Amino acid sequence: MTMDTSHPPAEPASYQTITTVWAALLVLTGLLVAASGVSPFWAVAAMLTLTPLKAGLVLYYFMHLKYEGPLIKGMVAIALTTLVIFIGMMFLDLAFR
Amino acid sequence: MSVPHRDDFGARIGMWLFLFTEMMLFGGLFLLYSAYRSMHPLEFHAASEELNVVLGVFNTLVLLTSSWTLALSLTAVEKGETRLAKGLLAATILLGVVFLVDKGFEWSAEFRHGIYPNGPELLKRAPGEVLFFGLYFTMTGLHGLHVLAGMTLLSVALLKLAQGEVKLGNSVFLENIGLYWHLVDVIWIFLLPLFYLAA
Repeated sequence: MTMDTSHPPAEPASYQTITTVWAALLVLTGLLVAASGVSPFWAVAAMLTLTPLKAGLVLYYFMHLKYEGPLIKGMVAIALTTLVIFIGMMFLDLAFR
Repeated sequence: MSVPHRDDFGARIGMWLFLFTEMMLFGGLFLLYSAYRSMHPLEFHAASEELNVVLGVFNTLVLLTSSWTLALSLTAVEKGETRLAKGLLAATILLGVVFLVDKGFEWSAEFRHGIYPNGPELLKRAPGEVLFFGLYFTMTGLHGLHVLAGMTLLSVALLKLAQGEVKLGNSVFLENIGLYWHLVDVIWIFLLPLFYLAA
């Protein structure tokens, strides 16, 4: 006999939550496209804010990070931090070349 | 009688570890894009103007909607509504097909204009534009392969759902394929502004 270590989410995400997140993603996409046509400043500002926000919504709700424990949350945080460090180092390298 | 070994939490950790390698794979390409864009800002701007924004945005909506139907499908499984789950999963696969067909139209239009790696028209362009299109074909092509792989895995999940292997209380297979599909969606979320809206 083996131990059953299954840890299904306590409560599945509700249809309503999922649909609200989807609607928010569509609205944010619309805002991103609209901002990209206004001016280069707004295009870059929207890209740097709305894109990570959209990715965050998918990660948190659709990829169930909201319902995960500290281990998986921590692992994702470490992976993303590593990626951000790489990006930072690359821009430092470009800036002081 | 022995109970078959089962570890849903371990399965999810394994999937996340795999997804981290995917993040680093695409992350490296995003770094390359950022570095070349900062070296050739005007050429990247000019090349981006040639991409079809309507097709790019349409594909974004298709992929976001496919993530929605897939997330709904998992909830349906966890509520024991198998019939609904199957329909939603089939819709997700269909949206993947729509995405790839749209991508096919887009690429074939570019090929007709001589815009493809080492293409005659592309080689006449400034080095920055050649780099932009090289990255565009590499990154959207690699992403397209991921969509294809995701659709294959979703089809396996649909089969398992139909056979009763994926069911209420045992949905980790679908959950993990879902994680993969949603990550592919996240990558596209970044590809849209970098390529299609860069003009």
